[in-house]
Amino acid sequence: MASRTFRIWRGEQEGEGGFAEYTTDITEGMVVLDAVHQIQAESAGDLAVRWNCKAGKCGSCSAEVNGNPRLMCMTRMSDLPEDRPVTIEPMRTFPLLKDLVTDVSWNFEVKKRIRKFKPREPDAEDGTWRMAQVDVDRVQEFRKCIECFLCQDVCHVLRDSHKHDEFIGPRFFVHAAALEMHPLDTEDRLEELKEAQGVGYCNITKCCTKVCPEHITITDNAIIPLKERVVDRFYDPVRNLFRIIGGR
Amino acid sequence: MQVAEHDVLVIGAGGAGLRAAIEASAAGASVGLVTKSLLGKAHTVMAEGGIAAALANVDGRDDWRTHFADTMRGGQYVNNPTMAELHAKESPDRVRELEAWGAVFDRTNDQKILQRNFGGHKYPRLAHVGDRTGLEMIRTLQDHGIHLGIDVHMEWTVTRLIVDGGRVVGAFGYDREKGRFQLFRASAVVLATGGIGRAYRITSNSWEYTGDGHALAYEAGAELIDMEYVQFHPTGMVWPPSVRGILVTEGVRGEGGVLRNSEGQRFMFDDIPDLYRGSTAADPEEGWRYTQGDKEARRPPELLTRDHVARCIVREIKEGRGSPHGGVFLDISWIREKLKDSEAHIRRKLPSMYHQFKELAGIDITSEAMEVGPTTHYVMGGVRVDGETQMSRVPGLFAAGECAGGLHGANRLGGNSLSDLLVFGKRAGEHAAMFAGAHPRDGASGAENEQVEAATRDALAPLERQDGGGNGVGSYAIQSELQDLMQAKVGIVRSQAELESGLEGVLALKERAESVSVAGNRAYNPGWHTALDLPNLLLVSEAVARAAALRQESRGAHFREDYTGKDEHWGRTTLVVRKGADGAMEIEEEAVTPPRDELQQIIEENR
Repeated sequence: MASRTFRIWRGEQEGEGGFAEYTTDITEGMVVLDAVHQIQAESAGDLAVRWNCKAGKCGSCSAEVNGNPRLMCMTRMSDLPEDRPVTIEPMRTFPLLKDLVTDVSWNFEVKKRIRKFKPREPDAEDGTWRMAQVDVDRVQEFRKCIECFLCQDVCHVLRDSHKHDEFIGPRFFVHAAALEMHPLDTEDRLEELKEAQGVGYCNITKCCTKVCPEHITITDNAIIPLKERVVDRFYDPVRNLFRIIGGR
Repeated sequence: MQVAEHDVLVIGAGGAGLRAAIEASAAGASVGLVTKSLLGKAHTVMAEGGIAAALANVDGRDDWRTHFADTMRGGQYVNNPTMAELHAKESPDRVRELEAWGAVFDRTNDQKILQRNFGGHKYPRLAHVGDRTGLEMIRTLQDHGIHLGIDVHMEWTVTRLIVDGGRVVGAFGYDREKGRFQLFRASAVVLATGGIGRAYRITSNSWEYTGDGHALAYEAGAELIDMEYVQFHPTGMVWPPSVRGILVTEGVRGEGGVLRNSEGQRFMFDDIPDLYRGSTAADPEEGWRYTQGDKEARRPPELLTRDHVARCIVREIKEGRGSPHGGVFLDISWIREKLKDSEAHIRRKLPSMYHQFKELAGIDITSEAMEVGPTTHYVMGGVRVDGETQMSRVPGLFAAGECAGGLHGANRLGGNSLSDLLVFGKRAGEHAAMFAGAHPRDGASGAENEQVEAATRDALAPLERQDGGGNGVGSYAIQSELQDLMQAKVGIVRSQAELESGLEGVLALKERAESVSVAGNRAYNPGWHTALDLPNLLLVSEAVARAAALRQESRGAHFREDYTGKDEHWGRTTLVVRKGADGAMEIEEEAVTPPRDELQQIIEENR
């Protein structure tokens, strides 16, 4: 059994607080979240941390481990360098509540602004629909999202430029794409994606895709196709011509 | 103190709570939804295999009658027959409704919702999305619900129900962020708080599952039933130690995965219960054909009910035929003998299992066997409710999902939980809204003030007992001792002596818990939160231990090594737990409600 040192952010207010050092014993197979729990039980009973499933399925325990946005429950201790302390900080893009816990409520407000699913009339008399597996594969990829908000955390439009009022972030482009590409959906979200939701701000650096614990190809499969749809609708010269002639 | 007012207050935002909130809201009630975690993180998200519903998309022979009979057989015939009937009849509509709200289930070749095989279900019945069905379900309900004007109180915990004039009129709780207190006034309250898994050391449940709803209802005067029936899922991870207990979906076996001991033997063929003899495959070949959709084949013994499979695994381990880390082997990689491109097939059908083992254990399940063993998963027991309305015996207090008792009897079939949440979440929401309509809220009252004061005192006590920075009895330490105790004495295989010493241990811990002290302040303090969850956890542990010690027979998930057989008297008996007039826990034997004739006939036809 080896003992390891952790530097964990402690503090209750933005701009105040600092790293505290803890040492705890590490056994085979342990993940970072286990170590945090152990520290909590041994020497820091009031250390604030969110978690639920401990299996990478709920997306609660997001943090920055050695500077990398990660789910703590899926980060094995054996994968971290042993020659220095493990640094754990809260996600930086969201306001600090306490220690490793941030205020992510903005995300829940953003989602409410995206128009909800609106299916076409049912295909069968019993009120059900028909969809082929091949037509839902892409939507199912998007629906794997566990809402850990790590993609939001690394997106520079939010992290550095703080465009929270004009830009919904990768998570919600994935959400919008899942709705837009849903075979049954009839709603139109393009105008809002272009204007209020700011899809144009994304300049495709793919930081979000790199940190997604569900390996969703956020940029290529969700954001770029949405950008293309916006371009087709609003910037296609031929279509614009028709729009002018048609008076629309 | 802040006051929130709602017609209907729903406590818990997993599948049942969300479904109840949606229904109550659709009925025109103002709805508050309280959740200990962030929205969408509840345990429903962990459900993997699927939602059981007799849609008959894959096998046209399926119908509600067969689903009803399967549920009763799985529950060893002590289920609430009305609930089992409504559940079987209504779950197909509840699944179709999810599709109308945007859920994207896996598809059949003719473009309908695909269904898979699962333990105890006669036909392929589980609507699913790979092995992340729970995520699909909770996200669908969440995304539908947020547009309905439901007030969501995220990261709030209710510690007490307010009762006035024999009727529930609200709840008291605190928020995690700052430790602020709030009174929630409501005309009706729906409990949807899930299970009690944190009472055990090895569990698939998260920190939230501390029996809150069970305890809140009990303290408010409601009754609990079937508390002796705790389901140990046969396949949890066993290695590495830190992930011990994390669920490995039954879907692995549904897709053809087999259990083997250290001698390479498929030991599940060695012990097939009489109730299932006629419906179990004669040999591995027939079992494989069943998993691949051959309608003439019978199911492999790996798909027997969870209670039985868990006990067989325990037997193998006890008799020295376990795997290196104290489990047995679960192997899906063997299907490469049968299928071309089996690796891609496994990754498509079981993506999150592939992911989970790869990242947490360094095991590639497409080429290696997993090591698995039983893990505490689900409590069949819960708040006793009316089968149609989900109301407890306390007017205005409803319960749905895992914290309600009755549907599953002595053992729940896999897949019947998600359908339970939908069917009875909807019913609870509907009837709670109706009740609220008939019972307008009163303002403040003396009874309310008194209870709020008491609740405030109780909530602050662990902080005020601070003894030089919380050096007294720690909340984590008590919880940890309780988990070891319940695991050792009130676990999968039980005996009179162990149950009695387990009960003694719980009572001793209960006394010590009264002097728990925690360090720190009220702002997001997990030590404090753990201290406030403890009384609930201890209360449900006491109920489980007492009921288990009384039931001197083996039935479903309740297995007694000193009474290994079923007993006729106990087969007709339900154990009812309530708070006695003197404040002590009392248990009464009551007769099981027999199914009405038509239902009895369906059971007989399907035996």
